[in-house]
Amino acid sequence: MSKKTIVNFKLNGASTDVMVEPRELLIHTLRDKLSITGPHIGCETSHCGACTVDIDGASVKSCTVLTVQCEGSELLTIEGFAKGGVLHPLQEGFTQEHGLQCGFCTPGMITRAYRLLQENPSPTEEDIRFWMAGNLCRCTGYQNIVKAIQYAAAKMRGETVTTSHPLMAELSA
Amino acid sequence: MIPRPFEYHAPTALPEVIALLGQYGDEAKLLAGGHSLLPMMKLRFAGPGHLIDLRKVAELKGIALVGGEIHIGAMTTENELIFSTLLAKHLPLLAEVARQIADPQVRYKGTLGGDISHGDPGNDHPAVMMAMDATFVLAGAHGERLVKASEFFHGLYDTALTPGEVMTQIRLPLPPAGTGSSYAKLKRKTGDYATAAAAAVVQVKNSVCVQARIALTNVGPTALLAGDAAASLVGKTIDEAAIGHAAALAMKICDPTPDLRGDEAYKTAMAGQMVERALRTAAARCAI
Amino acid sequence: MDQNVENQGRLEKLEGIGCSRKRREDPRFIQGKGNYVDDIKLPGMLFAVMVRSPYAHAKINSIDTSKAKAYPGVHAVLTAEDLKPLKLHWMPTLAGDVQAVLADGHVSFQNQEVAFVVADDRYIAADAAELVEVDYEELPVIVDPFKALAPDAPVIRPDLDGKDVGAHGARKHHNHIFNWQIGDKDKTDRAFSDAEVTVAQDMHYPRVHHCPLETCGSVASYDAIRGDLTVWITSQAPHVVRTVVGMLSSIPESKIRIISPDIGGGFGNKVGVYPGYVCAIVASIVLGRPVKWIESRSENLTTTAFARDYWMSGELAADKNGRIKALRVNVTADHGAFDACADPTKWPAGMFHVCTGSYDIPNAHVSVDGVYTNKFPGGVAYRCSFRVTEAVYLVERMIDVLAQKLGIDKAEIRKRNFIKHEQFPYLTPLGLEFDSGNYLPALDKVLDAVDYKALRAEQAQKRADPNCPTLMGIGITTFTEIVGAGPSKSCDILGIGMFDSCEIRVHPDGSAIARMGTISQGQGHQTTYAQIIASESGIAASQIAVEEGDTSTAPYGLGTYGSRSTPVAGAAVARASRKIREKARKIAAHLLEVSPDDLEFDLDQFKVKGNPAKTKSMKEIAWAAYNNVPEGMEMGLEAVDYYDPPNFTFPFGAYLCVLDVTKKTGETKVRRFYALDDCGTRINPMIIEGQIHGGLTEGFAVAMGQELPYDEQGNVLGGTLMDYFLPTSMETPHWETDFTVTPSPHHPIGAKGVAESPHVGSIPCFSSAMVDAFAHLGTTHFNMPYNSYRVWQHAQSLGI
Ligand SMILES: Cc1cc2nc3c(=O)[nH]c(=O)nc-3n(C[C@H](O)[C@H](O)[C@H](O)COP(=O)(O)OP(=O)(O)OC[C@H]3O[C@@H](n4cnc5c(N)ncnc54)[C@H](O)[C@@H]3O)c2cc1C
Ligand code: FES
Ligand code: FES
Repeated sequence: MSKKTIVNFKLNGASTDVMVEPRELLIHTLRDKLSITGPHIGCETSHCGACTVDIDGASVKSCTVLTVQCEGSELLTIEGFAKGGVLHPLQEGFTQEHGLQCGFCTPGMITRAYRLLQENPSPTEEDIRFWMAGNLCRCTGYQNIVKAIQYAAAKMRGETVTTSHPLMAELSA
Repeated sequence: MIPRPFEYHAPTALPEVIALLGQYGDEAKLLAGGHSLLPMMKLRFAGPGHLIDLRKVAELKGIALVGGEIHIGAMTTENELIFSTLLAKHLPLLAEVARQIADPQVRYKGTLGGDISHGDPGNDHPAVMMAMDATFVLAGAHGERLVKASEFFHGLYDTALTPGEVMTQIRLPLPPAGTGSSYAKLKRKTGDYATAAAAAVVQVKNSVCVQARIALTNVGPTALLAGDAAASLVGKTIDEAAIGHAAALAMKICDPTPDLRGDEAYKTAMAGQMVERALRTAAARCAI
Repeated sequence: MDQNVENQGRLEKLEGIGCSRKRREDPRFIQGKGNYVDDIKLPGMLFAVMVRSPYAHAKINSIDTSKAKAYPGVHAVLTAEDLKPLKLHWMPTLAGDVQAVLADGHVSFQNQEVAFVVADDRYIAADAAELVEVDYEELPVIVDPFKALAPDAPVIRPDLDGKDVGAHGARKHHNHIFNWQIGDKDKTDRAFSDAEVTVAQDMHYPRVHHCPLETCGSVASYDAIRGDLTVWITSQAPHVVRTVVGMLSSIPESKIRIISPDIGGGFGNKVGVYPGYVCAIVASIVLGRPVKWIESRSENLTTTAFARDYWMSGELAADKNGRIKALRVNVTADHGAFDACADPTKWPAGMFHVCTGSYDIPNAHVSVDGVYTNKFPGGVAYRCSFRVTEAVYLVERMIDVLAQKLGIDKAEIRKRNFIKHEQFPYLTPLGLEFDSGNYLPALDKVLDAVDYKALRAEQAQKRADPNCPTLMGIGITTFTEIVGAGPSKSCDILGIGMFDSCEIRVHPDGSAIARMGTISQGQGHQTTYAQIIASESGIAASQIAVEEGDTSTAPYGLGTYGSRSTPVAGAAVARASRKIREKARKIAAHLLEVSPDDLEFDLDQFKVKGNPAKTKSMKEIAWAAYNNVPEGMEMGLEAVDYYDPPNFTFPFGAYLCVLDVTKKTGETKVRRFYALDDCGTRINPMIIEGQIHGGLTEGFAVAMGQELPYDEQGNVLGGTLMDYFLPTSMETPHWETDFTVTPSPHHPIGAKGVAESPHVGSIPCFSSAMVDAFAHLGTTHFNMPYNSYRVWQHAQSLGI
């Protein structure tokens, strides 16, 4: 073990101090010490993206970042998305377009998609597939995730949005 | 998946970095984006006693046009290469290669300097650097020295960097008019290293190739400069026959390590295919 | 208000069967508030890691744990010696074998569990694990199941020395597990001798892994004072785990509580009981503190339950017109070092005997040999019922091979052999009764949708052009699945029949809670079960809480795998709801002062026949159930149903795939994939579509890249996500889906289960398309996975 240090960062808007060994990985600090269990561990080898968090305007796999590297940073995790009980358009989009099943990849997906939409408010399906390729999902086959992100993008652009799975489509048909 | 313990340093200026390197010698490792180094530390293949984080060192950032050269700070990330309008204008090949590296998240962290310094033949920038005739600026207690990309890669994880040195900048000459370039990479999926890949930079005047550089990724202990293949194009029209001939020459220098991506025969053949692809695209991009 | 509009409004409010209800589980997942095993944090909890063998086959001379134990922050280092006094160093598998919990002097696969290190946190545990010193003596390794049966092959399981009878009969060799046969061998052989045409094809279904995004793990917490054991576990079958833990520990089941919280995907990987779970329980009992064990991704990929690894030899006998007369199959099944399949007890090859497929084949015989090798144990289902993927693969490949031999189109030969609609219920030559099916319209619908003729014309044109850089392949499958295990007369696990259950309680305010013996891992049970209850009982789905996975509250059930939730638990849900409805009818009759027969059920209320203004809503009835019931009736409004299905269900589908292969690199692009599924009654179209997308994507992954190969030293290769193929959004094709509806006649609501069909049906479809790309050059088959490397090698072998 080596000497622990205090690291300070802004986590979902709140100034946070945490005591860690230099070798501690951010995902473990968040999950084990700060009760931020939204980001998940799917591989620990920087392949799956389940651990994605937003650090200083970048989507980052928190299993491959040391907590000490985050001194002075601004961190956003899935826990910081809904504001005052109102879901973020991405959260709404994922539900409306059935962009999740087991939900394990979802926090990482949404966090990553958030940064994508900051950089490109009107992505095409091709753009989304390219820029979301750092997040694995074993359940959905991505097609509805693409739709979910398009839904959110439209909503964030101020357009009217509707689900592509209307409640009664098959019953009224 | 847990690194061994180490001490962490976050210097804010280059002289401090060099001093720390001097102080800890072999015990120390530089940390750039961490996306090659931390995975190795988590597997306990690497266990430095001291980690020197370069992220606060401002001198290592930035992309600028200086005279006839583009200067890129070693700590410039892949996504910064992709998003740079300056590069899009002058050296679009850099964004093209960066887009084929790893995945979006890795590209926010991984740096150009780290990708080169790591000395991994699987990394994509080394071949591109060779093909673009880059020069690296290495700083140490001795001051600065310049090393050409073609001289930099010595072997697997073995480069011209000596202990105590840090790569500060990558310098790339502006390509002359009539130059086209391309990077073709065959991989199994997003996030995978190349089964084989090729970078090609060609200059065409009056339909004839006047200059060519070709380099290969992951088919040898380092990136390989395919000199004969490139030379074979000069003075010729870059047509299918010339491309096929160049690819065949490039395949001759391949010495790949078999793994699940393929055996020697496949990887060598794919190096040839990637050379063909890269040349076709590069030739098509030679405006004029 | 217009009556129709009002009815439509009530229907919408009910959110019953057939509507695309948005999922109830989503709010917690999209806000990062899911509760997965690794999210559980208990006071005083310790963290454990497993020390594993680097060798595939070795004798263990000694284990020195002293340095690890002395490392600050370490609480225990368990080895087989520590488990022996508790008789827990070996455990029974679900297949009637035993498996070492921690290696007992001998390891027989790489990464086998050797010691269990328990420490304050994962960092200390990782450091200490490096300090455990094990003295191994290497032994010769066998990774090939055929070589394993050589007379002088090394003994993989010395513990079985002298046991020539296993759980499934005689063992003919020290590395042999069982031989299982089904069908009439003589008649089948005769059909082959008399046949006008025969074809034969060998094929290997590679060793693959489910690789759910969440790995396996558990948190065990033993309360020494109360004598209670609580275990949070990534299990698709928590009730079975409770029974197994009870058997192992001699703690009565009443003192054991198994909780499957949110599960990050299972696909069959999370059915078994793994050594890590057992060690966590023992450690918690010994230390008196909660212990968490979570496997790493590589541990998951290389130790917990692989799927497939089937070496199949198929033969078909037919007449010149392609009418099939007989099917003969021999399988060598590589089960790894322990037989840890999770099949129904009677069927060591699971439901492989569904391998006659959608075709009217009069004679069939199947023989399967299970074999031990120095590889990790498993052989479990991967998004399918037990061995159904293998079976469907076999028959779909074989019929293609026959078509090629006879020069008959692959769609046409299927049409000639389909079991006709009027033949249902249809008894197969291997003893299964297909309850329903309507194959021809399904295939025709697909062929029309993609303009099959035009595709074949395009292909012919490309084949004729020697300069065309690509090869075009068209694949077709028309598969029948068997799901919903199952009738307890043929299916049990550890002697427990494979029924499932539902318990519903309606509260005074008309809302309800329902609990089942299954457990969702992404299938959306909380959403869809409530829809069934809504339609069947008239309680709006939004008013129904659905709970599963906690053995202390949920009724016993066999869990969720093999698409059994809808066919089995879903039926229990419907039947329990009907019991509620019938009691409600009596209460309504009492309130309205009419006879129950004078009432008709109308969405969410009972109304008096001929006097529709006189109604009682379910809400009113629920209130009355707690204060005003008919004389002699028990108060309350509850129902329980344990459902033992009379038969399996048989979802089917017709799939078509178009792909293009680049000749010079072997790269493959799936241009089009059209999937038509018939899962009977459709409960939630949105969720069905999602399940199909997911299943197709997993099928694509298996066909195009997944494999866990071994080298001759028994090193498992490709056990990381760098090598093991999980497609990203970039590689995954675009899917087109379609459906027909042929309800199951014996299921209370006609539903058949859907989530696995796309996996089962798509894999042979990719093979069909890939082989088709090379068919004009004489290829009848080549083995998956079709990564570029392998496809290129195949192209090279043909001289292209
Ligand atoms: C999932 C995944 C997929 C990947 N796929 C690809 C791919 O397809 N192609 C590809 O090219 N790369 C790939 N990479 C590697 C990635 O691009 C790395 O980020 C890159 O190789 C190293 O850059 P870094 O900034 O992260 O360096 P670090 O990991 O921080 O450092 C790497 C090495 O270089 C040294 N170093 C770093 N900076 C300097 C410097 N300025 N001066 C001297 N020495 C220095 C370090 O000490 C260390 O030894 C992948 C990585 C991951 C995790
Ligand atoms: S856990 Fe970080 S990328 Fe998978
Ligand atoms: S929803 Fe299960 S992994 Fe994406």
